[in-house]
Formats: sequence, C-alpha cells, structure tokens
Amino acid sequence: MPAMTVLSTPMLATAFKAADVDYGAIAPMLIVIAGAMLGVLVEAFAPRRLRHTIQVSLALVSLVAAFVVLVTVSTQQAHRGGTLAQAVIIDGPALFLQGAILAMAALGILTMAEKFGGQGADAFTPMGAAVPGSPHEAAALRAGMATSEVFPLTLFSVVGMLLFPAAGDLLTMFVALEVLSLPLYLLCGLARRRRLLSQEASLKYFLLGAFSSAFFLFGAALLYGYAGSLYLADIATAVTAANGALEGLLLPGVLLVLIGLLFKVGAVPFHSWTPDVYQGAPTPVTGFMAACTKVAAFGAILRVVYVGVEANRWDWRGGVIAVAALTMVVGAVLSVTQTDVKRLLAYSSIAHAGFILVAVLSFDKTGVSGTMFYLVAYGFMTIAGFAVVSLVRQGGSEASHLSQWAGLGRNHPVVAGVFAFLLLAFAGIPLTSGFAAKYAAFSPAISFGGRSGVALVIIGVICSVITAFVYVRLIVLMYFTDPPAGEAVVAETASPFTTIAITIGTLVTLVLGVLPSQTLDLAERSSQFLVR
Amino acid sequence: MTNFPWLTVIGLIPLIGAAVVAGLPVGLTDRAKHVALGFSLVTLVFGIAAALQFENGSTAQFQLTEQHEWIPQFGVSYALGVDGIALVMILMALVLTPICILAAWHDVPEGGKREKNYFALMLVLVTFMVGVFAATDVFLFYVFFEAMLIPVYFLIGSFGGSRRQYAAVKFLLFSLAGGLVMLVGVIALYHYGPGGSDGFLVSKLTGLHLGATPERLMFVAFFIAFAVKAPMWPVHTWLPDAATEARPATAVLLVGVLDKVGTYGMIRFCLQLFPEASKWATPVVLVLAVISILYGALLAIGQTDIMRLIAYTSVSHFGFIVLGIFALTTTGGAGSTLYMLNHGFSTAALFLIGAMLVARRGSKRIPDFGGWQRVTPGLAGVFLVAGLSGLALPGLSSFISEIMVLVGTFQRYPAAAVIATAGIVLAALYILLMFKRMMTGPKPELDAPVRDITLREKLVVAPLIAAFLVLGFYPKPALDMLNPAVSKTLHFVGVTDPAPTSAADGSTK
Repeated sequence: MPAMTVLSTPMLATAFKAADVDYGAIAPMLIVIAGAMLGVLVEAFAPRRLRHTIQVSLALVSLVAAFVVLVTVSTQQAHRGGTLAQAVIIDGPALFLQGAILAMAALGILTMAEKFGGQGADAFTPMGAAVPGSPHEAAALRAGMATSEVFPLTLFSVVGMLLFPAAGDLLTMFVALEVLSLPLYLLCGLARRRRLLSQEASLKYFLLGAFSSAFFLFGAALLYGYAGSLYLADIATAVTAANGALEGLLLPGVLLVLIGLLFKVGAVPFHSWTPDVYQGAPTPVTGFMAACTKVAAFGAILRVVYVGVEANRWDWRGGVIAVAALTMVVGAVLSVTQTDVKRLLAYSSIAHAGFILVAVLSFDKTGVSGTMFYLVAYGFMTIAGFAVVSLVRQGGSEASHLSQWAGLGRNHPVVAGVFAFLLLAFAGIPLTSGFAAKYAAFSPAISFGGRSGVALVIIGVICSVITAFVYVRLIVLMYFTDPPAGEAVVAETASPFTTIAITIGTLVTLVLGVLPSQTLDLAERSSQFLVR
Repeated sequence: MTNFPWLTVIGLIPLIGAAVVAGLPVGLTDRAKHVALGFSLVTLVFGIAAALQFENGSTAQFQLTEQHEWIPQFGVSYALGVDGIALVMILMALVLTPICILAAWHDVPEGGKREKNYFALMLVLVTFMVGVFAATDVFLFYVFFEAMLIPVYFLIGSFGGSRRQYAAVKFLLFSLAGGLVMLVGVIALYHYGPGGSDGFLVSKLTGLHLGATPERLMFVAFFIAFAVKAPMWPVHTWLPDAATEARPATAVLLVGVLDKVGTYGMIRFCLQLFPEASKWATPVVLVLAVISILYGALLAIGQTDIMRLIAYTSVSHFGFIVLGIFALTTTGGAGSTLYMLNHGFSTAALFLIGAMLVARRGSKRIPDFGGWQRVTPGLAGVFLVAGLSGLALPGLSSFISEIMVLVGTFQRYPAAAVIATAGIVLAALYILLMFKRMMTGPKPELDAPVRDITLREKLVVAPLIAAFLVLGFYPKPALDMLNPAVSKTLHFVGVTDPAPTSAADGSTK
C-alpha cells in the first residue's frame, strides 16, 4: 500500500531527540512572552498607583523590541525555514504578518492606555469580578483599583497571534489559536461602561469560540487520520498521493479545519458573534481584535490553504467560494441597517473579510501578497477608526448610536475629518489605502481565479457600492446634518497615546493609498511560503 | 522649456491654492475668495502658456508628456499628456473656474471657516479635473475619476439647497457604482495587456487583440461608468437633483466640466482601447443617445424649476455629443468634441444667469417670475443670449457643433440623424417657453426694488458671451486642435468616412 510510506516516515522516529531551536527566529515571540510574564509579576508586586504606567511602558517596550528583532531576523536568510522540529516555520509571509501584528498591537496598546484624566485605563472596568452596578464595584472604583492586567493579557494574545501564521503543524496552530483567543475572551468582558453588554459579549465569544476550536481540532484529527501526520508539509505530500480507503477523511478534515479558521475572521455563516462582540467589547479592544486577529487568522488560513491542502483545492474550493460570496453580501447588506457605529464597523469588517477571501482564493503568489497588503491596510485603518469612536462621548460614555454623531463635523472638524477620511478608506476610494488594497486583492482574482474569480470580484464590487453607501451616510450625518438637541456630543481631548495611534493609523492609510509601492514590494518579496 | 512639466504644474497650482485658502489665518478669512480667484487666474495663465507649446501638426498622439513610475507592482505610471481634445477640455475647465469663483462670490455669506472650505474644495476640484483629462495611464485616470467625486460630494452636501443630502448621496452612489463597475474592467484590461511595470499606459493598451467576448465585456464595464457620468438616459436621474441642489457654481463645474469626462472617456478609452466592441455596440449606443436627446428635451419642456430645466437640456445635449462620437465619422467626432466645449460655456451661462435671477426673485420656480424683463432688462437680455446659444442659434457657438454632429451622423446613420433633428425643434420650445414664462407679461408687483445686473455679474457673463461669439463665428482654432485628435481616434477604430454617396451617384448619371 503506497500510502504507508507516507504514513510511516514522521511517525516512527527511532529515539527521542531534542529539537533544534533557532532562537533567533523565534526571538520576537520570546520577547513578547517575557514581557507578558513580567507584566504578571508587576501586577503582583508593583504598587497600585504605578502599575498603569509600568504595564503600558513594559508592553510597548516589549512590542517595539520584538519588532526591531523581527526586522533584524528578516534580513538574515539563515533564520528562514522550520525550527522547533518544524513546528514553527519562519518564512516570508510569517515574518511579514508578524511584523504587521506587532506594529498594530503597539497601536492597540496605545489606545488601551487612554485614561482621559482618570485613574486607570478609561475603557476598562476597575474590577472585572464585581457584579455590574453593585456596591462592590463602586467600592473598587473608590479604592482606585484598575484592571491593568489587560496589558499582559494583550501581550499573551499577541504571542498566540505571532505563532498562528507561523505554525508548521496543526497542533501548534491549535495551541496558537487558543493562546490568542483566551485572553481576548477575557478582554472583551472588561468594559467599564455597559458592563452587561460586555459580559454577554465575552460569554458569547467564549462559547462560540470554544465551539469553533472544537471544529478545528476535529478537522485536525481527521487530517491526522488521513495523512498520519499533523505537519502541513506531510499533509500536502499525502494529498498528492492516492490514499485508498482513507481518502474519505480528507475533505471533511479540510472543511472542519477551515471552519475553525473562518470563524476567527468572521466569515459568514460563522460570523454571528462578530457584531455582538465588537459592540460589547471595550472599544480599544475591539480595534485591536478586529485588526490583529484578522491578520493572524488570515495568515493561518493562507498557510493551511497554500501549504497544506492546495493540491485538492478543486474539492473544497466551491465551499469557500460560496463562503466568500456570502460573507461579502451579508456583511454589506446588513451593515446598511445598523444604527450603532461599532456594529456598523463590525459588519463592515465581515464584508472586508469577504474581500480578503477573494484574494486568498486566487491561488497565486500575487494572491498571497494581495491578502497581506489588504490586511495591513485594513488593520491600520481599523485601529484608528475604533480609536476615534472611543473619543466621541455624550455624558461621559461613548456615543455609539449613529444619531449621536449628527453634526459632529461642525463642532469637531478634526475628529470628524479624520473619521471621514478613514470611512472613505473603508469604502475604497482612490488615494486611500483601501483602494490600493482592494485593487491588490481583486487583481489576482481576475488574473488567476478563473471564472469564479471574476464572479467574486463582480460581487465584491457590488458589495463595495453597498458598503460605500453606509459610510457615506455616516459622513452625511457628521457633516450635513444638524446636531441633535439635548446634551452635546463631544470629542474628548485625547491623550498623546491615542493621538499617536490615530495619527499613525491615518498616516499609514494615506501613505499606502498614495505611495503603496514600497509596501507592495515588501509584500511581494515576502509572499513565498516555505514548506519546511 | 520642452521638458517643463506643464501639466503637473497646472494641476499643482490649484492644489497649493486650496491649501493656502484652507490655511488662511483668522484675520484674513474674508480674503479666501480673492486668493482663490488669484490662484485660478494664475492656473489659467499657465494653461494658456501650455497650450502655446502644443503643436497641432504633431504626429505623436500625446504632447506635453510626463512619465514616472508610480506603483510598478500594479503596472501604474504617473503619466500625463494631452491631445487636442484633452487640452481643449482642460482649457475650458481653467476658463470656467475663475468665472465660477467670481459667480460664487457671495455663496457663503456667513464667511469664516465654511467660506474657506468652499473655495478650497473648488480649487481641489480643479486639480482633479486637470488630472482626469491629462492622465494617459488608465489606472491614473481611474484614480482621478473617482477621487474627483469627493470634493463635489462635499460641495453639494455641505453648501447646497434644502435637499442637498439626498442629492449628494444620490450623485455619489450613482458615480461610485459606475466607477466600480469600471474598476473590474480596468483590472481585466491590465490582465489582457502586455503587463509589466508600465502596463497601464494607454499607448501600451491600444491595438490589443483581445478576443470578441472579453473586449465586449470590458467595453460595457467602461461604457456604463461613462454613461452614468455623461449622463445618458436611463442613468441620468442623479443629474437634475444634483444640479438643482448644488450651488450654481458647483453645478457649472459639475455639468459643464465633470460630465464631459464621460464623453471624453468614451472617445479616449471606449473607442481607442476597444474598437471592435465599439462598432459592435454602436446601434445600442445610438438608440440610447437618440432617446437621451428627445427624452431630455421633452422633460425640459415640462420642468417648473429653472435649474432642473437646464439639467434636462444637458441630458439632451449629451445625447447629441454621444451620437456624434459613435457615428464614427470625422465630422461627427469633431462636432461632438466642439460641442463638448460649447456646451460647457452655454450651460455655464444658463446656470449662472439663471442663478442671478433666482437670487433676485427668491424662487427657483418658473411660474414665480413673469414679466421679469421689465424688472431687470439687462439680465433678461443676457439670459436670452445664453438661451439662444443653448438652442443652437446660427451665429452662436452651439450651432456649428450641432450641425456637424447631425451631418456627421447622417453620413453613416441617416435614420438616427433624422430623428435627432427633432431635438433641435424641442430645444427651441424649451428655451423659448421658459423665456416667455419668465420674462414676458405684465410687470410683477415687488415689495422692494431689484437691482439689475451688477459689475461683478457682468464680469461673469462677459467672457461667456464672448466665447459664444468667438466660437460661433470663428471656431477654426478650436477645430484645428480637435481635428487631428479625432482622426487619430478614428484611425485606431479603423474606420474611414463613408463616401458621399449622393454626389458620387450624381457624377455617374
């Protein structure tokens, strides 16, 4: 039976041999882990009044240090390839996406650190365990407590995100998935205001996330049964060889793994958590989650699809094409009916996930670079967008209902102007990164995606018009509508942290729109996957 | 001076002007319009200087060219250049801009930041207008084509009339929908082209052998975008709303210049890049054009809102322009391109003088006037001249172009030309009926005395009427510029003018 040779090679390692570790290649991840661990110690031992400052600086320093090391590592060819017994593959796409995650996470930390003159981070409850509205909570607030543990939690999540697109086998990928998800479940439940909504979001995300993890694990198990190995490289080899009686395991395995991953990017029909979680989570967490999770999860999808199961794509492609089309249509159409800015951006993120899937489905190197470029462009505008949302307040709490945004352009021209620009980028108007990204995603689909690629692009274009209507309506509200009577909606004066985050996000959106060639070039040069 | 980047400079001056106007310190806020006017005049001077460098007899398709790599990964270059059509369009835009700024002098009476934004947006629009006509790279053209929408959107939405939100959103969505359909065509075109880091240059994409189906599909993708822009029946419905809700100066730039991008795009991209598909689509396009001519004219007759009436006349006129373009004869093409120029001036005059009347009466409704020539005889006079130019009275500019379009069309498609001729009769109806209802009759009872045309308004109207007369009696300089470009385009399509059959028949008898 020819399949046996495939089955036997990785299984029957004769004696245990310690895996070689290329510490240089995984140094960025190690640095972030170290930062997170130190953060836990700080939480335990540092005096309460200093914790916020220490945690924020620690998180930023570890992210920046990791980024610098990553850039250094990426210049040395010696560090490319598999390490840790092929559990981690450091190649072009992994490095590119890790860099993007680190940069966006740093912006995310900046927005989370916003205090608006209060004691702790403004977006987070003083005490997660207290019952909302209880005397316990009030006492925690009076005592000056603050959940500064959000920063180490974020770092832990970032570790998972860094590992996710670099995982060389499905088990490592699963571990990464859990490491990135668990802290996010917690972070979602820690909003200072509208606590019940936040806790509901957290629970919902956790339950559905656990469910999708189970799908992923089950799929991984089926693929293991099929290929006799969890390594994507071995699965790829097994797919190309005939596998006799086990052939029936392949397709269900691939689909279940993909379901687990598509859940994380919020693709329809696995999207139902997205609006609730985006709305309930503290706004800076929403921004961080929307940007970085998407990057990491699409990185994993790319690796599974391009390295692992590309050879039998004709079997499972149809399903993913349907998912992509549905994602674009549902995301775009449902965003029209939203009345809450955060939910609106959530549905728009669903639509964007669909646009990115169009690029993924082109099965070409340019599809990889297009996906990566789109992720960077989308990530930066999203973080900046949610940061702006967190600034707009009425009576101290976030004015997330659309009607509250009416006339914002009159009173706060700069905030409204930045947000309008970001909305135009979401809509994909030329001279913003959104347009370059859309072009980078759609062009490989037309060139290499065949008929279905062209059809997806046409659907994508129609959905772009629908989403453009949504964004334009918001601009109409901000600029052409008179402010509502009653208490004024104000844009809080942001601390330098948030200001820096918004400025960088907006500048990246502009630069990637006007002069995208550097980043495109980088994405193109980084688009070659290594198998091992 | 051969290497001087004329077109970049012409595009850059208004952009700098916009930044200066927007950044004026508080003490100088009331100078915004003066600064804007200054910058628009400087741009015009540079535009004329550039036109003097242009050689009508040149063999190259584009002159004053510039080319730099922009996004080599996508095959996009920053490539500018003009042929006669593009240059004439740019010059028309540059002439209309100071006129519009002068006409918009008191559009934002509250002054302050809003006034600065208003004039800054107008100048930004000029940059995009120059860019869209000067781009010789399909992608760059698309970027300008779409980016242009944003300043217009804010000009209508922030400064327009009572239903401005509706009009602005409708305008933007129609244009975006058309534009995004075109984006699919743009991507596909590169895919079928030679590729490479400058694969989006028009010159690289001309004369490709695309295969019938892809060529037709791409033609349709481009044509839909241009038909929305032009606007042709049945995708014209955004125009009357936008034109009546926008400030008159915005309406002039929108209808007079921006809509020309549609017909310009048909010539530059549909005909040049997809010649076979253009011939394939001609019957349908001609039918749509004829419908636009008659439908626009009939609806114009029925309007009671002056601005909507003028907008519908434009739908009719754009029908003529498209008819001439797709007749695929040199006479028709030259007539259409000349019509694009003339229509810019005559619509500008109608909109701006109409707005002066509206400002005095306080109503846009035609029945609210009546006997108005006894109140402001000067304005009534220039309004009549503008109207006569709109209905193509011989001696005024539109006459020549309309006749050329009809003659050119008759050479190949006599039926279409004959039906379209009815448009001329209808044009006389809608203009003269409007004039009769507004201007003739007993003098209306007015609460306060009304001033006749002011000096500023004379300065607005004078260049427009001068343009009617010059282009009406001596269109040769314009035609000399346009003709070589038209024949080059028809050469790309691969058609020659049909022989004048009747003359040939006569000689053999």
